[in-house]
Parts: sequence; C-alpha cells; structure tokens
Amino acid sequence: MERRKFVKRSVLGSLTAALGMDIVFGWKIPAGYTPLVFQDPDPYSMFGKDKQMVLLNDRPWNMEAQAHLLDDPVTPDKFMFIRNNGLVPEEIDVDSWTLTIDGEAVRQKKVYTLKDLKSRFPVHSYQLTLECGGNGRSEFDPAAKGNQWTVGAVSCAEWTGIRLGDLLEEVGIKNEAVYVGYHAADIHLSRDPSKEPISRGIPIAKAMQKETLLAFAMNGRDIPMVHGHPLRLIAGGWPASASGKWLNRLSIRDQVHDGAKMTGTSYRVPCNTVAPGEKVKDEDMCIIESMPVKSLITHPKSGAVISNGKSLKIRGHAWAGELEVTKMEYSIDFGSTWTSCTINQPPNRLAWQRFEANVAFPKKGYYEIWSRATDSNGVSQPMVLPGWNPKGYLNNACHRIAVKVS
Amino acid sequence: MEDYSKFKQQARAIYRLMLLVLFFMAITAAGVVYLVSNPDLSSFRSGSADMEYVEIKEVEEDDFDKIVNGIHQRTGLVEAEGLMAVVNNCTNCHSALLITQNRMNHERWLTTIRWMQETQNLWDLGKNEEIIINYLVSNYPPEKKGRRASLKDIEWYEYQE
Repeated sequence: MERRKFVKRSVLGSLTAALGMDIVFGWKIPAGYTPLVFQDPDPYSMFGKDKQMVLLNDRPWNMEAQAHLLDDPVTPDKFMFIRNNGLVPEEIDVDSWTLTIDGEAVRQKKVYTLKDLKSRFPVHSYQLTLECGGNGRSEFDPAAKGNQWTVGAVSCAEWTGIRLGDLLEEVGIKNEAVYVGYHAADIHLSRDPSKEPISRGIPIAKAMQKETLLAFAMNGRDIPMVHGHPLRLIAGGWPASASGKWLNRLSIRDQVHDGAKMTGTSYRVPCNTVAPGEKVKDEDMCIIESMPVKSLITHPKSGAVISNGKSLKIRGHAWAGELEVTKMEYSIDFGSTWTSCTINQPPNRLAWQRFEANVAFPKKGYYEIWSRATDSNGVSQPMVLPGWNPKGYLNNACHRIAVKVS
Repeated sequence: MEDYSKFKQQARAIYRLMLLVLFFMAITAAGVVYLVSNPDLSSFRSGSADMEYVEIKEVEEDDFDKIVNGIHQRTGLVEAEGLMAVVNNCTNCHSALLITQNRMNHERWLTTIRWMQETQNLWDLGKNEEIIINYLVSNYPPEKKGRRASLKDIEWYEYQE
C-alpha cells in the first residue's frame, strides 16, 4: 500500500519533530520497526491473524476467513473473523475493570469487578458457533449495504466464562424483565463519546440458557483484544452481534432493548417476506434471533483438480442456530441428486457439527460440490438465495466448491 | 591604587575575551541550527527561504494524494469527478474500503447518507451531496447478480491427498 510507505518514510523525521526531541537510543530501533505512536497498523500481525484471512475494512476493522481456513473442529484465534462496529478500546485496565448491572428491571444496581465475577461463580466452557448476521451478504441482489461478507464470518471457538443466568440470579431481576442490553468500551467511529457504536442484547430466555456466558477466555487463553478482552457476552447460535465485546454494563430492561443497532434495518429482517429491493417500514422489521441452518465445505479448498477415477474425501461443518443438524447431504450435479454425508453429534449444544463424505465422479469434467444441511425441524438450506432483506442478512444458501476431474 | 587599575585592566580583558567567545558561540549555534533545518544548503541556491518552503509543501501534498493507474493511492478510490469531495467528506470516520465494497443506486446512497447524518454524526454535505452521490453512482454502480452467480476467481491446483 502506497500510504504505508509514505508513513514509514516520514516517520523518523516527523517523530523527532512531533516529540520535540530526539529519540533516546533512536539508533537502536530495529530496522523495519515503527515506534508505537506512529505505527501503521498491519492487522495481521496486530491481531495475530493468518495472512490468508481477507481484510474487508480497516476502519472499523473487519476481516473474514476463507472456507478452507475453517477446517479445524475448534476455530483457532488466527482464523476467527473480526467484525467491529466501532473502534477497539484504546486502554483496558483489567485490574480496575468493572461490570455494572442496572436497568428498569433489576432489583438493585450492582457493580462487579472481574475478580468478583471469576471467583464468585462456577466457570464453564463450551464450543459455541458465532456467525455474523451478514455472513453471505455479498451475494444479495439488489446489493445490500455494509461489509460484503462472503462465507467466512463464522467460527466455533471454545469459550470459557460464567453463566449469565448465575449472575442474574444473584443480582435479582424483576418479573417485568424482558431483555438484557449490553454496553461496552468500544469507541464510536465519529469519536463522539456520547454515542455507542453498538449496544444490542438478548431476551431473558436466551440469557438464562446454560450456554449463554459472560466469557473471559477463548480457546483456553484470555480473549484477544480484538475479540472483546477482557469480558464478552457469548450467545451462541444467534447473530454474533448479540455477543457484545468489551462489556462494562448490562441493562436489565422492561422492554426490548433499544440501543444502537437494535432498531431500523440493523440486524432486523422483514417480518413478512418481501420482493427483492422492496422498501420496508421500520415497524414491519423483526429482530433476528436464532441463525438459520447452514453448512460449509472446509476441505478441500475450492479449485481442486483430481484425476479421473479417483474419489475425493470432503469434510466440513454444519450448524443450525438454536437447533441441531440432523441430515447432511452433498450434490455434484447442481442439486439434481443428493447423497448423504456422515454427520457427527455436536460436542455441546450450539456447537457446529462435523460432516464427511467420499465423493466419486462418473467422468471427466467441471463439477461443483454443493452441501446442504437440514435442521431438527426438517428445514433445509436453499440452493438459491433466501428471502431478500434490506441489509442482506441470513444468506444460508448451499455452499459450493469447484472441482475439475481431468 | 596601582593594583586596582591593574585588576580593572585585567577584568576588562577577560570581559572582552568572554564577549568574543560568546559571539563565536552564537555564530556557531546559528550555523548548526541552519544546517539542521537545511542540511543540503539548498536555500543558498535560488530564491528566498519562503519560496523554497512552498515548493517542498507542494511536493508533499502531491505525494499524499498520488494517483496511480486511475486509483487514488491513499484511499483506493477511483479517480473521477468528485473524488476529493468523497475523500474529504466520506473517509473521516470510516475507511474508504467501506465505500469501494458497496454498489448502490442514487436513492440508496442518499438513504445511506441520511442514516449517517442521523446516527453517525455526518455533517450537512451542502452542494457536495450531489457531487458525492454522482461520483458513487457513476463509479460504483449496482451490478446484476441474479439469484445465484457462477463461482468465480477459482484458483485451480493439483489436489494431493
């Protein structure tokens, strides 16, 4: 990037000028290292991401995986997508971090330190599927506004924390409690301190599920900064935006939470289906809750060329929001015929499930392998795009990879 | 008395010496400051220092908004009428990557601008609004994708088990 070079070239001169003094031990600064104050952020090294991850946006940071990067049963940090609505908090002091519980429907306002939370309640770990509501947005026509996610805004990491239900039980919530709204330390893009980039949440019933966590660890270590360190709400199976990062306050509401990105077209779809491009009134939009059934072929990478007569082992993951995947199939003839895959039980509720199949091809040619999952209600993935909606959410159309038999 | 006048004489000599030393120190300091700010002595070559300053500034600005193969290097935006209005109004809060990813018609870009004004602290764009929307619609127009597009950009590779 041209800008990067420009910044680097001028850094030593401007650094001296800006600081109004020489850099002590300036000659000791290793070549290629830019002092922190002027660091041109390389998101891959800054966030510990694999170079094959795809950067969609650098302010705010948004990055997605490619299908073949998501082959691990438990998604490692380096392959986890980044979806930010605002700027990552600039300063986090773990020792003084507190979580405030307030709102119209809380019995009494309470403040917990991180240490309180970790020591007062039992700690649990679950593998939980988090998928961005807009995963697959890039396929919608007319195009939907926002980051143009393809297939890689999904993950299933192991999250560790306390149950939100345990905490709410100790705090005490009133009968009229309807929703838990989160507030966090991230910064609005305009840097206006009176604005929140995002403040969503979950209904009380979801908050009380045993898998709904206030997490402080991901894959056995402190949650990485960009994924919500030091405290994140985790509501598996729901749009990942419900799982607020950098939490510092939970409001127990007596109405559906009305924070930033809870209203309008944000994370909402038409309550009744509409024609592509149709205008939808605010009052006809409904909040997305459980994500729909979906699957991803994670091996092989799309573009495999194999020789005639050889079979191909495929594998991937399937998930179904609040439900379980009960049937998994693939097609090599654009959906004319379907063959079953083996599908594993999830390690726990709301975790994605592994599928596998051995695919044989009848003759040479160009093929697409399509994967189709069916959930425990008998609902399958569509082969074409599902219902259009203004912001392009919930695209769960069959995943496809290209294969050539030569 | 004689001792006194001798002392006075010596004091005057030291005073003169000190002045001389100070004078040379001042000259040296001025020279060093000059060399630090203008190490290649370029201001001796032509024109006044002020004129030289303006020229350097122009070179820097040129680099800052450099265009290569029709792309504004700092933002990745296409060079076309209205480019700088977009750069100056639309990349303060969010990255230009959010613009170049999207494809919308006039009406939907306008809706997006209104949404940003209502919720994201975007200012009144005045007469730039039309310039910006025209730039976006002309350079980032909607594409027809249909209900399912063909797989594209496939990178073929020999599959090894």
